[in-house]
Amino acid sequence: MISTLGRFTLALALGIAIYGAIVSILGARRRKPALIESGRGAVFAVFGLATFAVLLMEAALVGRDFSIQYVARNGSLGTPLLYTVIAMWGALEGSILLWIWILALMSLLAVVMEGKRNREAIPYATAVLLCISAFFLFLAAFPANPFAAIFPPPADGRGPNPLLQNHPLMAIHPPCLYAGYVGWSVPYAFAMAALMTGRLGEEWIRTVRRWSIVAWGFLTVGVILGGWWSYEVLGWGGYWAWDPVENASLLPWLTGTAFLHSIMIQERRKMLKVWNLALIITTFALTIFGTFLTRSGILSSVHAFSESTIGPLFLAFIGVILLVSFGFLAYRSDGLKAEGDLDSLVSRETAFLMNNLLLLGFAFAVFLGTLFPLISEAVRGVKVSVGEPFFNKVNVPIGLVLIFLMAIGPLIAWRRASLESLRRNFSLPLLLAFLGTGVSSILGVRGLYPLLAFSLAMFAAATVIQEFAWGVRARRRISGEGYLTALSNLTRRSRRRYGGLIVHLGVVLVVIGITASTVFRLEKEVSLKRGESMHLGRYEVRFDDLTAWQEAHRFVVQGTFTVLNSNRQVAEMRPSKRFYASEQQPIGTVDVRSTPREDLYLILSSFTQDGASATLKVLIRPLVMWIWIGGAVMALGAFVAIWPDRRVLAAEPVKERVAWQPGRS
Amino acid sequence: MATWKKLIVPIAITPILLLLAYGFKTNPRQVPSPLVGNSAPPFALSSFDGGTPGLEQLRGTAIVLNFWASWCFPACFEEAPALEAAWRAYKDRGVMVIGVDIQDREADAKAFIERFKLSFPNGPDPQGRMSIDYGVYGVPETFFINREGKIHYKHVGALTQGILTTKIEEML
Repeated sequence: MISTLGRFTLALALGIAIYGAIVSILGARRRKPALIESGRGAVFAVFGLATFAVLLMEAALVGRDFSIQYVARNGSLGTPLLYTVIAMWGALEGSILLWIWILALMSLLAVVMEGKRNREAIPYATAVLLCISAFFLFLAAFPANPFAAIFPPPADGRGPNPLLQNHPLMAIHPPCLYAGYVGWSVPYAFAMAALMTGRLGEEWIRTVRRWSIVAWGFLTVGVILGGWWSYEVLGWGGYWAWDPVENASLLPWLTGTAFLHSIMIQERRKMLKVWNLALIITTFALTIFGTFLTRSGILSSVHAFSESTIGPLFLAFIGVILLVSFGFLAYRSDGLKAEGDLDSLVSRETAFLMNNLLLLGFAFAVFLGTLFPLISEAVRGVKVSVGEPFFNKVNVPIGLVLIFLMAIGPLIAWRRASLESLRRNFSLPLLLAFLGTGVSSILGVRGLYPLLAFSLAMFAAATVIQEFAWGVRARRRISGEGYLTALSNLTRRSRRRYGGLIVHLGVVLVVIGITASTVFRLEKEVSLKRGESMHLGRYEVRFDDLTAWQEAHRFVVQGTFTVLNSNRQVAEMRPSKRFYASEQQPIGTVDVRSTPREDLYLILSSFTQDGASATLKVLIRPLVMWIWIGGAVMALGAFVAIWPDRRVLAAEPVKERVAWQPGRS
Repeated sequence: MATWKKLIVPIAITPILLLLAYGFKTNPRQVPSPLVGNSAPPFALSSFDGGTPGLEQLRGTAIVLNFWASWCFPACFEEAPALEAAWRAYKDRGVMVIGVDIQDREADAKAFIERFKLSFPNGPDPQGRMSIDYGVYGVPETFFINREGKIHYKHVGALTQGILTTKIEEML
């Protein structure tokens, strides 16, 4: 029943998406409003049908309808409700369904919100969005159908992959990441609409900048949550392994970040028009590439879904996207001449250009490192794996220069910065950076990169805080507002600018967290008999007990450890190992005690069968928590930047005209 | 824009697409073990029935060293009869089959041995040392160690009668 209904729903949605794409284009070309309206209706219909399909899937999962293959494979009677609900994105077919739904939702929002402002572009954007929907609906309707039936239905299902039912972060990490991936479809669709209509003025930039920030914000949160999940669940004490699929999520983030900065140059100076279009096309193609990597099984990764036949389809889709998009770009390139020119090497344009080149360089290194095993096998027939050393060696220096640019970019003037303004803006932050370097060095930071990381982070933080402080001071002087009122009014008056600065502050926190947790990392693995202790850093860890019990779907062995700090008990920690009948390896469950100062991370490596001794791996990773906090601050900044402001919207045309004037924003 | 500039993109994209297409033909999970061709790490097992087969004493004997666990269903269950059959067929021809039970409970392991009537020596790997020395990633994994004590072949996943026979014959 659900199976038939579900398959019918997806096939119908596919038909409507194709129909909608065709009538939108026809309507726009022949100027028939009725057809355009019909295409708009198709967006609503696809969203309605996708929602219905998602609800059907959830009904099947929660109702434990094992006659549906997906439920039989990813659900089970013993799986708790939360993990049953989120099993929808625990495997290939369901994750495509979630993707379809998020895309349908974003398309709907885009059509509704931009419909009035972009009459010319909207039918083309609608058609592009519906084409993307159609591709994913085709996957879901045919090769990766989530509603495929199984006969006879088994009495119980296999349950979700144990790694995916070990932590509630699984509930939000994939949807955020997908929203981050899918979100880039909207800016891409408007960019393509601009290329198709030939209206390559600033309208499309104005439309896509907010959507790009939305997608970027989700992607940021998705990537950081992925790191957090890996840290809490995978039990190796790290949060980023340069795994192909992690890299795949970083790639569009890098090019997307480059785009968010370079569109500002186009807005102000009408330069880099081809570059911006190329960036948005690349970012969108990379989001599809990321999905392709996870689902094609061509590279080995912790994230790889079961192998399937959809890889070649994805590859064809990527090829079509790239060729068609860049084809249009080449066709329109004559209308995309820059109207401005670089005036000085010391200007915000230069800082942004450098930022773009470095972000692209970073992205290229990650792309090359990710695909290198494949290149090596194709060319030399040798299997290799490219790991952390390569990525760190190449990307750490690039990252450090990027932090420097991040600090100076927002404060340096457009066109040409005077020596006086440089001195005024940067003398205090530079002084603080030097002081910070001295302090970190006294605290025991050694090595060029760590010292640079801390001092640049200090520098960047100081510029942001100084900018807020000066803004608040100026407002208070004029209006006599209180500090908080002044801060909130200041931010409200120029949301994008101050939202961006908040994002930069978040990046600083992430950089500090990553550097400290890598440089000051302590780790020790020992075998302890019951009652014995080991020491690491400030802590003493005593092995108290080992217990074991059977749960519905797994057998759990758990150690109890008392943690003391200068003879005072601070915590009792219980890392465990979980044995699932369906798995080849036991799943370690770590116990982490997080404080703002440092994380204590316990992994139960092994144990004797009589429970008399246990091998324990203990890690101390300072300031890890600040990575997650930094991620939240970045999301907050993005949120501030996109928050709609009625006054500014009403005044927009005028504002744009004055905005080309030189000087600070 | 000049024509050659317009061609840059297709020229840049095509090799990447071809490379990705090539990826469909490869199996990323097939990672060659660096141990193959080198001396097998020494071990001394205390088997469940009290024996202590070790690498040193077995020099001159070809060894099939199988890592398994009782919870490893279905792969370990599938290969157990094949291992037992190979042991029976080759034990008089200078071949030793040894099972290493990892990350397991003793009672379950013994029930497993009983279930498949395994008559070759099997023993636990209490501290996981052997698994680490041999770089065992999951179960089942099997190492074929030749008479000189060098690792001849490593097999990941369930063994079949055919693979066992071929690889053992190669070592003799």
